[in-house]
Amino acid sequence: MSVPVSYYLVLSAVLFGLGVVAFVFKRNVITIFMAIELMLNAVNLAFVAFARAYNQLDGLVFVFFVIVVAAAEAAVGLAIVITLARNRESLNVERVNLLKF
Amino acid sequence: MSLPFLVFFACALLAVVGAVRLILAREPIHSALALILLMISLAVLYLLLGAPFIAAVQILVYAGAIMVLFVFVIMVLNAGVEERTDFSKIAKYAGLPLAFFLLLWIAHWLAHAPAGSAIATGAGAPTVAFSTVELSEQLFRPYLFPFEATSILILIAILGALVLARKEE
Repeated sequence: MSVPVSYYLVLSAVLFGLGVVAFVFKRNVITIFMAIELMLNAVNLAFVAFARAYNQLDGLVFVFFVIVVAAAEAAVGLAIVITLARNRESLNVERVNLLKF
Repeated sequence: MSLPFLVFFACALLAVVGAVRLILAREPIHSALALILLMISLAVLYLLLGAPFIAAVQILVYAGAIMVLFVFVIMVLNAGVEERTDFSKIAKYAGLPLAFFLLLWIAHWLAHAPAGSAIATGAGAPTVAFSTVELSEQLFRPYLFPFEATSILILIAILGALVLARKEE
């Protein structure tokens, strides 16, 4: 007897919600990036669960692509963080307010 | 309770604990360690779902490469204790209830999934694992063009990271 797919979907939703909370409430720009990775992970779990529910491999292919895009995004994002820290001498997003209305 | 349920609940608990620790930790390095815990427990869940290749990629690429990059940047920038500011009133009085209702809505949707459908019962979830051979045939036949596009994406990302992080003369 295997675990129903809906359990995985609930876990995925909870993790995504926690990721949104972290994204909104954290003040450190590196931690905000980690929150994005957390949301991507939650979505991956939903993809694999649906792939299992419908017994289709396409979901797994999409997970593969999401992981690749996450890797690219982490590389570029962390380069931006390094530049930001060099220019502002702070990692607090409150200090980065040039584009803030 | 059978073994798959025990493994699922143990890993789900670890994943949620990891996510909550990520939010509560004040040091970025503690957040990073909590995220690694979450990723490894998700990899176990992928094994449970019968996707061993994705589980391996999850550990190699996510818990390995990406998180090493994060820890490296935290170390280079010497990121210390996070400064806290009061979050806005909008977030407190509108955001939190909205997040709660979103969860309620998802729970409602899942509870009312048609009885006997694949989502509700997991009946469409055979215990046989997806084979890596079939996955690679998907990846290199119908999805060949997106696959090649991702390699170009990675190349551009490497160049972008180099350009951005370079010290200006």
